[in-house]
Amino acid sequence: MSDNIPATASTDPASVITGASILLDQVSKRYPGQAKAAVDGLTMEIPAGKIVMLVGPSGCGKTTTLKMINRLIEPTEGRIVLDGDDVTGINGDDLRRRIGYVIQAGGLFPHMTVATNIAIVPKMLGWSKDRVAARVDELLELVSLDPAQYRDRFPRELSGGQQQRVGVARALAADPPVLLMDEPFGAVDPITRVRLQDELISIQKELQKTIVCVTHDFDEAVKLGDWIAIFTEGAQLVQYDTPERILAEPANEFVENFIGAGAGLKQLTLTRVNEVELQSAVTASPGDLSSDVLSRLDQQGHDHAVIIDGRNRPLQWLSRRQLARLERIGSTRDPRLPVVGERATLNDALDIMLVSSVGAALVTGGRDSFRGVVDVETIMVAMSQAHARARTSHAEGKPVGINTGALTALDGPHDGTAPLRSADRGAGGE
Amino acid sequence: MSERPGVVAAGTAQGPTASAGTDALPGGTADTLVSRDRSWLPLLRQLAGIILAGLVLAAWLLSAELTATEQITLNPASLLVYTGEHLALTLLAAAIVLVVAVPLGILLTRRPFRRVAGPVLAVVNLGQSAPAIGLVVLLAAWLGFGFRTAVVALVVYALLPVLRNTMVGIGQVDPRLVEAGRGMGMSAAAVLLRVELPLAVPIMLAGIRTALVLLVGTAALSTFINGGGLGILITTGVNLNLSRVLIAGAVIVALLALLVDWVGRVVELLARPKGLA
Repeated sequence: MSDNIPATASTDPASVITGASILLDQVSKRYPGQAKAAVDGLTMEIPAGKIVMLVGPSGCGKTTTLKMINRLIEPTEGRIVLDGDDVTGINGDDLRRRIGYVIQAGGLFPHMTVATNIAIVPKMLGWSKDRVAARVDELLELVSLDPAQYRDRFPRELSGGQQQRVGVARALAADPPVLLMDEPFGAVDPITRVRLQDELISIQKELQKTIVCVTHDFDEAVKLGDWIAIFTEGAQLVQYDTPERILAEPANEFVENFIGAGAGLKQLTLTRVNEVELQSAVTASPGDLSSDVLSRLDQQGHDHAVIIDGRNRPLQWLSRRQLARLERIGSTRDPRLPVVGERATLNDALDIMLVSSVGAALVTGGRDSFRGVVDVETIMVAMSQAHARARTSHAEGKPVGINTGALTALDGPHDGTAPLRSADRGAGGE
Repeated sequence: MSERPGVVAAGTAQGPTASAGTDALPGGTADTLVSRDRSWLPLLRQLAGIILAGLVLAAWLLSAELTATEQITLNPASLLVYTGEHLALTLLAAAIVLVVAVPLGILLTRRPFRRVAGPVLAVVNLGQSAPAIGLVVLLAAWLGFGFRTAVVALVVYALLPVLRNTMVGIGQVDPRLVEAGRGMGMSAAAVLLRVELPLAVPIMLAGIRTALVLLVGTAALSTFINGGGLGILITTGVNLNLSRVLIAGAVIVALLALLVDWVGRVVELLARPKGLA
């Protein structure tokens, strides 16, 4: 999530990225009888295989913008370019069959089973029965639902989170290159939401679709987005940049207010533990003499020793005082050991540190093997480095996003002139 | 008198729509099965009650000492003829109501026609709010006496519940589901047929059942314009002061209304889309 390497820089993007680029070209939406346009001359490039989050206060036109991509709302002016093709004039239903659409609470049809719900688009596309059935099972597996158990259930027999998963599966049914999501996780409880977000990230890692997602939750945008577009009224694009740069360098006061308090804390969710430099630790095994361990601590100037088992898994984390009370080191596992996985975010690590008595956490990697120690100083250093990097970086491959006649809206202090970059599949259209 | 069964049944017609929400407990298929079983129970009771009341009526008629006039009006053959006429009036009117009101209701929920929904409902409302007897007589003055005029009057009278429930049924479908359908690339017609109508079925059927029950009751009035039906027993009973004929006619109409209501409930139970609470 935290890497902002443009798609063009990865080794062989065409073989991984199944998404298509999208270009909104000077798109406007005016409703009759309303003086102000709902969306005003928006030009926005959405790179292939990336998650772009549209955020802004309610009524800012972000949902209208989203729905104009699949032409659920027909733009009054402008062009929609999908994967290099102008789709503004083609049959809307045909277009929408090529674009996945997820709404809040899944939007499942209550009178159809899970399988029937998922099969709607493939059936419209004329797939054979066997192919549809196989696809349904495949998708249920993808969203972590057991096909045998859930295939024939009705939506009301599912929890909110499960319904939302089926909603995602349904949107992915015909393997569309683009997925549009309208506040997808707004109707589930916070714990389920975090889980669904994590799953979306891992699904996206596998599928590399182009995902455009509307949310009013800035934290969700930071967590999910490769790029974040912040809108204000009339779908005026205030800032369109990576989460790191928006947090480090908000374009104006509006963005600052929108980010809310604790921009620094939010940045903690952008860096993972395995991206920071870990501290080494003195290790010992059960059965070692504690006097030996203490002398090794003296040599290295450490205060704590990590006890690891035969498979390098941490068992205990003993202070000098605890060691002094022992003769030999025991082999029991301390259930309150502050352990954090190396894929966890710094935010998670900090949480664990704050409840541990040591003020630091043990980092484990694959198969729970011990990797090192992360402490508060490590995190502070990593934070200030990330901050400095985000400030000075030019966000290479940054997609274009402007409103006509409002060219300054996007003008971050460090942006050069960002040319309209055609994404891998040669979308652009300009 | 003859309107009473219609009113009673119309009152109970709210039953399933109101109770539909109460068993919306999330649960597995087992729960669904149980609730289905449970919903059969009141139906069985209703049928048993109707049959019992019919038997009591028959026993009473057989045991009573009837006068010659009463015997002529209440002999089984003529009772069958009256009942047949009554059902013919009811069913023909119901069929016409369905053919007119359901498509009209669908049409009025489509975007281009939504604006005229109010005025159309107001006109249809007139049909029902006018006293049924007045409607029957006025139409007869215009169209002449007979079966056909009676059917026209009944159609006008029963249009409203079907039309309104069709519109309400489609209107209560969550607009996000319609949007989800369109967003997936379903055409407007596909969304109507596969999403809106199936989800509107329970409410539409409740409206149709209400209309049928109203029709059974109101059809008794068609005897005033020589339209046939069981109403003749009631008018004969009143005019000739034969209270047994009067009571027999009224009870038969009431039982017929309850029976039609029962059939309607059975259809509702069977046609309710699975997966709905």
